[in-house]
Amino acid sequence: MPEEYIIEVKDLGKNFDGLEVLKSIDLQVKKGEVVAIIGPSGSGKSTFLRCINQLETATKGDIYFDGVDLLKDKIDINKIRQKMGMVFQQFNLFPHLTIEKNITIGPMKLLGKSAAEAEAECDRLLEMVGLADKKHAYPSSLSGGQKQRIAIARALAMNPEVILFDEPTSALDPEMVGEVLQVMKDLAKTGITMLVVTHEMGFAREVASKVIFMDNGYIACEGTPTEVFENNENERVKAFLQKVL
Amino acid sequence: MAFLSSLAHVFTKYGSMFGQAALLTVSLSLGTVLISTILGSLVAFMKISKNKLISSIASVYVAFIRGTPLLVQIYMVFYGLPMLGIKLPTFTFLGADFSRFSSGLIALVINSTAYVCEIVRGGIQSIDIGQTEAARSIGFNKAQSMLYIVFPQAFKNILPSLGNEFVSIIKESSQVSVIGLAELMYTTNTVRAISFTSFEPLIIVSLIYFILTFVLSTFIKKLETKMAKSNRA
Ligand SMILES: Nc1ncnc2c1ncn2[C@@H]1O[C@H](COP(=O)(O)OP(=O)(O)O)[C@@H](O)[C@H]1O
Ligand SMILES: [Mg+2]
Repeated sequence: MPEEYIIEVKDLGKNFDGLEVLKSIDLQVKKGEVVAIIGPSGSGKSTFLRCINQLETATKGDIYFDGVDLLKDKIDINKIRQKMGMVFQQFNLFPHLTIEKNITIGPMKLLGKSAAEAEAECDRLLEMVGLADKKHAYPSSLSGGQKQRIAIARALAMNPEVILFDEPTSALDPEMVGEVLQVMKDLAKTGITMLVVTHEMGFAREVASKVIFMDNGYIACEGTPTEVFENNENERVKAFLQKVL
Repeated sequence: MAFLSSLAHVFTKYGSMFGQAALLTVSLSLGTVLISTILGSLVAFMKISKNKLISSIASVYVAFIRGTPLLVQIYMVFYGLPMLGIKLPTFTFLGADFSRFSSGLIALVINSTAYVCEIVRGGIQSIDIGQTEAARSIGFNKAQSMLYIVFPQAFKNILPSLGNEFVSIIKESSQVSVIGLAELMYTTNTVRAISFTSFEPLIIVSLIYFILTFVLSTFIKKLETKMAKSNRA
């Protein structure tokens, strides 16, 4: 495959005991791109994202990451996942660990960083997400928006090439959506590659370099935000946008 | 009145024997709960393993132990080990024969491991799958995700259940008296024989058991309340 793509997906399919959730997905993502994945609930957006980092095993097709076929080549998926962070709708912070430990456990156990190195990086990340004062707190004492910012810091601590976001603001109270989106906007500027499943059309329009609309197991429409959001003739997209905007 | 004075008499005369025996019962039970917590966790990992052979071995073990009486298991260990050529060392330990103590301990551990396995398995399965997914997405393998993320949370949640298992073991360890180990129940029977009283020693031993289990249960309740508070925070 051409080296210019950091992720390339070809004819990807996924069945859950007979239920064909992904029928045939093709996607190319260049380094530094921000891809917004939109579409109706149940259209397979989460499944697609989870197939990319192998939390779900695809039933057919190819997923290339840095030129390596994740499904067919002999790979160590744990090594791959270190370079592919994920941020979940439900945050999934580790409740038994302090914020600092949440962020440093990966780098220390997996990247062989010393406690001091990992802590310095943790401080930098906490500064970046605006939560330096929460270093010694436990997740249970944080608001949803704060939890999600920590989850982003935790993913970043592994210094990944790509971060997958699965509806990162959907579980948040409306007043906290902005703070998380702001962190994501800042992140996009750093040149990291991002795949973001989202219902925040404003974010998609403003930040994404590419928008894909998923429907019924296919990518029904794909293009720049302008192409997808403005004067789009695709009936399904129109109907969807009418509902969410 | 005659009964009360007889009770007082048995207690003053044989109190130290009961004390010694209580120490043995507590040691036996504590040893059992500590060892079976480790082994029970290992069997729980086996039982949830994707490897069919490993998980069936664990399942059969748990089903068999939970489906047979402890008394039978105690006899089987006591008479079975020598038949397998295993000879446990004999010396005096806490006023009792160590080979009998270790037989009893082994039998109780074999039994309790099966119950602890189910406690641990339930604890692990009660942890949200999102925790494992978050750990895996960072790059931890299955074993690391279990070790660093899932098990510590599960273990904290099951501490009260392990405490309750400790309470059960204290009571059930009385059955080990059948192999001649001088724990509380065996000592009670000894005192009944040498003091020519049939009932008084039973009053004394039931009070001792009750105090042990009551203190422990109260402690567990405190722990549960404290945990409920910390989980709510
Ligand atoms: N683990 C699973 N087992 C069975 N069906 C699943 C599983 N995960 C998702 N699905 C089904 O796949 C479809 C797509 O789900 P999902 O990818 O979560 O959609 P989206 O994220 O777009 O809302 C849904 O019908 C859902 O019920
Ligand atoms: Mg979803």
